[in-house]
Amino acid sequence: MRLWFGKWTAIAKESAGRAAIFAKFLCLLHVTNTYIFSPILVMHRFLNLMLCVSVYVVMVVEFSFQVYGPSMLPTLNLAGDVVLSEYISHRLGKVGPGDVVLIQSPENPRKIITKRIVAMEGEVVSFLVDPSRSDRSRTVVVPKGHVWIQGDNIYASNDSRNFGPIPYGLIQGKVCCRILSMIVDKEKHNLFRIDIGTVLAIAVPSTMS
Amino acid sequence: MGTKNIIWNVCKKYLTIGLVGITLTDRYAGVCPIRGSSMSPTFNPSLGSFTDDYVFLEKFCLDKYKFSHGDVVIFSSPTNYKERCVKRIVAMEGDYISNVNGASKVPEGHCWVEGDNSASSFDSRSFGPIPLGLIHGRVTHVIWPPQRMRKVDRRIREDGLAF
Repeated sequence: MRLWFGKWTAIAKESAGRAAIFAKFLCLLHVTNTYIFSPILVMHRFLNLMLCVSVYVVMVVEFSFQVYGPSMLPTLNLAGDVVLSEYISHRLGKVGPGDVVLIQSPENPRKIITKRIVAMEGEVVSFLVDPSRSDRSRTVVVPKGHVWIQGDNIYASNDSRNFGPIPYGLIQGKVCCRILSMIVDKEKHNLFRIDIGTVLAIAVPSTMS
Repeated sequence: MGTKNIIWNVCKKYLTIGLVGITLTDRYAGVCPIRGSSMSPTFNPSLGSFTDDYVFLEKFCLDKYKFSHGDVVIFSSPTNYKERCVKRIVAMEGDYISNVNGASKVPEGHCWVEGDNSASSFDSRSFGPIPLGLIHGRVTHVIWPPQRMRKVDRRIREDGLAF
């Protein structure tokens, strides 16, 4: 009887130790993925997998509500891209015009969208309101603490032209480079193609007006 | 050799505690000091008190972003992302707020926040409705000073509207 009890406590202690190590590892993963960098899967679908691969090359899959689409063509692929995004610059206030950023959508806080920053607070933005339908353009001053974001594909992008400038606090991270590209072949299979490219932070052309 | 080991062990311990602490404060709950009197008398009721109120905030609500009228929330200020403000949610998306120029509707994904002390509160009456994504957590209890320890209730105004 006493032998059995002793064995049980030994097993309990060992499993508690293993669980503690696992919990500490998850905390490390969380800190890396929130404060340093992580790969994000950018896909043209409503339900999405956010692959969090830290430098320790362990896959943890989190379901998160992310919506992307053709709004960032030709920079990001239509079928999907895995991009590396870092979470340090926006906390230091170092994101600026021309950066592709991940932001929480002001229309649905559970969605994260990818757009490019066009103007910071205090700057004047001239933009085409609806280029597929008319040539009308408007000029707006970005208020304090806000940024103006637009998708690269202005014909099919729901961005600041629709919901106005967004507060800087909604920025979640900056996209720095692309790791993989997804392509869809003839039989509608999704394949990954290794495509090391860099999403360049180009200077935004000021020829909108 | 022995001291190096001891220092390394101490560093590892502090690093582990730091990581676990950061994860817990980010995902589940945290403690925050309240400054200013925009939420009197709920927080910081008197100007001359010795210490600020410390409150306990929970972050489980950030999973689905389901807030109700009367919740006290902490959010990043829309005019300065480095500052955090604490106010009460008065209206959610789809509600109407009476303004000086008629009634306006709170847009989808936003909420209207106001401080309990209307006289000295910089809130949605100045900067408009805020997106729900700016919210960092919901205040549930006051935990310091000890004589003011209590649960923070949802309080809905009698008239139901902002003014």
